[in-house]
Amino acid sequence: MAIDKLFKDDATEEKGERARMASFIGAMAIADLVKTTLGPKGMDKILQSTGRGHSVTVTNDGATILKSLHIDNPAAKVLVDISKVQDDEVGDGTTSVVVLAGELLREAEKLVAAKIHPMTIISGYRMAAECARNALSQKVMDNKEDAEKFKSDLMKIAMTTLSSKILSQDKEHFAKLAVDAVMRLKGSTNLESIQIIKKAGGSLKDSFLDEGFILDKKIGIGQPKRIENAKILVANTAMDTDKVKIYGARVRVDSMSRVAQIEGAEKEKMREKVQKIIGHGINCFVNRQLIYNFPEELFADAGVLAIEHADFDGIERLALVTGGEIASTFDNPESVKLGHCKLIEEIMIGEDKLIHFSGVEMGQACTIVLRGASFHVLDEAERSLHDALCVLSQTVIDSRVLLGGGWPEMVMAKEVDELARKTPGKKSHAIEAFSRALISIPTTIADNAGLDSAELIAQLRAEHHKEESHAGIDVISGSVGDMAELGISEAFKVKQAVLLSATEAAEMILRVDEIITCAPRRREDRM
Amino acid sequence: MALAFDEFGRPFIILKEQEQKSRLRGLDAQKGNISAGKAVARILRTSLGPKGMDKMLQSPDGDVTITNDGATILEQMDVDNQIAKLLVELSRSQDYEIGDGTTGVVVMAGALLEQAERLLERGIHPIRIAEGYEMASRIAVEHLEHIAQKFDFGVTNIEPLVQTCMTTLSSKIVNRCKRSLAEIAVRAVMSVADLERKDVNLDLIKVEGKVGGKLEDTELIYGIIVDKDMSHPQMPKQIEDAKIAILTCPFEPPKPKTKHKVDIDTVEKFQTLRQQEQKYFDDMVQKCKDVGATLVICQWGFDDEANHLLLHRNLPAVRWVGGVELELIAIATGGRIVPRFQELTQEKLGKAGLVREKSFGTTKDRMLYIEHCANSRAVTIFIRGGNKMMIEETKRSIHDALCVARNLIRSNSIVYGGGSAEISCSIAVEAAADRYPGVEQYAIRAFGDALDSIPMALAENSGLQPIETLSAVKSQQIKEDNPYCGIDCNDVGTNDMREQNVFETLIGKQQQILLATQVVKMILKIDDVISPSEY
Repeated sequence: MAIDKLFKDDATEEKGERARMASFIGAMAIADLVKTTLGPKGMDKILQSTGRGHSVTVTNDGATILKSLHIDNPAAKVLVDISKVQDDEVGDGTTSVVVLAGELLREAEKLVAAKIHPMTIISGYRMAAECARNALSQKVMDNKEDAEKFKSDLMKIAMTTLSSKILSQDKEHFAKLAVDAVMRLKGSTNLESIQIIKKAGGSLKDSFLDEGFILDKKIGIGQPKRIENAKILVANTAMDTDKVKIYGARVRVDSMSRVAQIEGAEKEKMREKVQKIIGHGINCFVNRQLIYNFPEELFADAGVLAIEHADFDGIERLALVTGGEIASTFDNPESVKLGHCKLIEEIMIGEDKLIHFSGVEMGQACTIVLRGASFHVLDEAERSLHDALCVLSQTVIDSRVLLGGGWPEMVMAKEVDELARKTPGKKSHAIEAFSRALISIPTTIADNAGLDSAELIAQLRAEHHKEESHAGIDVISGSVGDMAELGISEAFKVKQAVLLSATEAAEMILRVDEIITCAPRRREDRM
Repeated sequence: MALAFDEFGRPFIILKEQEQKSRLRGLDAQKGNISAGKAVARILRTSLGPKGMDKMLQSPDGDVTITNDGATILEQMDVDNQIAKLLVELSRSQDYEIGDGTTGVVVMAGALLEQAERLLERGIHPIRIAEGYEMASRIAVEHLEHIAQKFDFGVTNIEPLVQTCMTTLSSKIVNRCKRSLAEIAVRAVMSVADLERKDVNLDLIKVEGKVGGKLEDTELIYGIIVDKDMSHPQMPKQIEDAKIAILTCPFEPPKPKTKHKVDIDTVEKFQTLRQQEQKYFDDMVQKCKDVGATLVICQWGFDDEANHLLLHRNLPAVRWVGGVELELIAIATGGRIVPRFQELTQEKLGKAGLVREKSFGTTKDRMLYIEHCANSRAVTIFIRGGNKMMIEETKRSIHDALCVARNLIRSNSIVYGGGSAEISCSIAVEAAADRYPGVEQYAIRAFGDALDSIPMALAENSGLQPIETLSAVKSQQIKEDNPYCGIDCNDVGTNDMREQNVFETLIGKQQQILLATQVVKMILKIDDVISPSEY
């Protein structure tokens, strides 16, 4: 007697081969989707949102593409997830990780078809991944001691990262921007203190790094537009009406004159507050909250520059650069730390007026102003720059560097191949497959550049058979070139993360032999 | 649908809206239930053992879970069938009670049901089967005690415990670094265990996960981690020898619960009120400062002014800390949770050697570490991993490992794994069956066969020939009189589980057999299923 139903109505269950096939196909479809964006000659994708306005994004950042997709296949979701994590953790290599995981699964599918148990494949993959990581860590270069060389390493990494992005035309310019910005952080990974301001107009080349700090705000009316040797008080306090915060307080009066009196008292209170603030001996006051007309006028009278409604991040950054503390009470002026800067002035970028703080005390924060022809370009430029900044800041911590252009993959593939020859048993098939999956990355890079990948990879493999080879794919000339000479480098941390997360994800999907999809939650129809 | 008729042939209405309900009776009901139970067990069968496969589950909201933890699979499966629900409960109760073996218990129950079906076809009454199972389970449990071994470990010698946890972890996706995770789990349990009373309060172990990094970065922290940062960005990021004030009152103006109004009708009143307000904040901060606190942890929010005053007086503070975390902090630091500023005294402060803020990755994720606490009983296991699913799965695996370690501390008897205990029980049960007169003999024998199904599933999942392997191991057990022979899942080359160091806790195994038998008995006793039919 058959059971009618074990699950709820719309739930589906897929088992064994079918389940495996569903997850393989889903994962490979995702990998193929982003595959064409890989490498310096990768193509972009247009994403149109389903929301109102159908806003359009043009990008070749793997994480951004995958984030915007609505996916139903659970295995595909795993891949989207690893790409997101890669983005959060190291910021770059979001496409590579998905492509590698997809290739690993493609190879696994062949092995499964050849009647090799998924668990055997997994253990082979694990051995291969371990071996590949060891191979990489033996080949790393670490130039932390030599500041000059290290900086050139950073420069190379930034250029390599940027070369696959929209900024590749001006990669030298932007690489310099990014390296300068990251060097200023002095080892901290807090990218928040690098502010990126996007202003449409001009060309990408007009983008610049500003040592000081730029606040996208206007100066109050009637206040000085330029202050030298500014003393800045950064505050987070109510400057509209300083309400009585005690709950339940209300004003009850019996005549008009009383209202006037209380209004006077309120004004008096505000005036006192402003006096106290001015009493700090400042000539610039930045508040996170609104400043109403009345106090603004008072500040103007005192010749103090007052900036209202700076957002929270702006305040924090400003506090960081100027070295002041964010104040909310003003009773003891002697102990509040004020921020200092040499010059505050209003500047024009394009058509917008911005406030520029220069000559700041602590150089930890800085601002990058991006210019570009359209908002799409600017958005993409910001994403690319963000990738570069992330990679650089991670490299500052872990200064190990590898060559790029498919070199690390070839090195790993060679070692993994060696391992496959030494390993007895069915595992060796899986290990071999792993090396094939690794090689598929340079293959894809070459394919995307319109080169003869089969020829190039064969040449590359021959080159790598020699000891201490630096050969990789030179996409520009379309041949095998010396990566060390061409100055193409990548961060070890990124490569390692790509390798490990891709293997982990492939393993996870391989282990599945049954997919149970629960009935989708019903939306209440209240129409 | 069976109905009662009166002498004129008119049906009696017995149940409310009788026509709309579907009803299964007698043997049909039992068989229907059994096949439902078997269907559930079949799903889990492939997840058993170190080479078991995972299941991918998509929740109604589209979230994906990948796991091979029986309890989790069943919980998320969202089953509709009543009998299937019983099995879900079964797995859950094994999870609550023991924490491990949640897959095994369901597979066991499925095997028992399968055997029962055959007996039913022979015409044996379900109650007799149930009774036979009951007897057999008692025999099996006694036999387990018989073959169980005492297991020595101490505070200094944790190696045996680590080995046990490794067995548990080897069936999970984390088996790549099972060694380090097992060590973490054991050290966590040992540090909170009360060895005198043989009790472990698992509440003291917090398992926290954060996406990113590698699985190898998972660490055990003798202290607490809070997913919060300092209330003011400019407060110090590291505090040594912290004296912590743990507050559940907000740094905000007072809000009496009763409704009230403060009337302002003169200018003087307005001004006094204002001054009072300022003084109020000042007092709050001053009180914390007076008792010597160097860190304030508060369950509620801060007013901007209070926040600045705290910074100003050089008193770092953390806000919006959850209630459970607050309790853990209080336990770990030996402090008291203070509900009012007035009650703050020096004795109520918690102490910690080091409090530091650590940031991760490229995003601004920051966590607060509270370490070297006065009372280091509370520990945190901090899991890192490639993606969210990985972390969730690691959490579940660690939970299992923790439970195993706890069970061993509670009672240090063990049985060997790899199906050896089941095979040995099966031999004992079958031998005992002949001594029972009556129909139960069949049921007891069937129970023995059902016990075999666990090693069989293990062998099948490991890619071995199930029947051949099982019969070989069985004959070896009888020939050598060695109850420690099991299935060699990992292809190590020996099937003596003592050499492979594969073992499980005695109570875990006993519980598995008892729970499975109980549920099967319950299912067998059902002879009528009335359910509202589709409309």
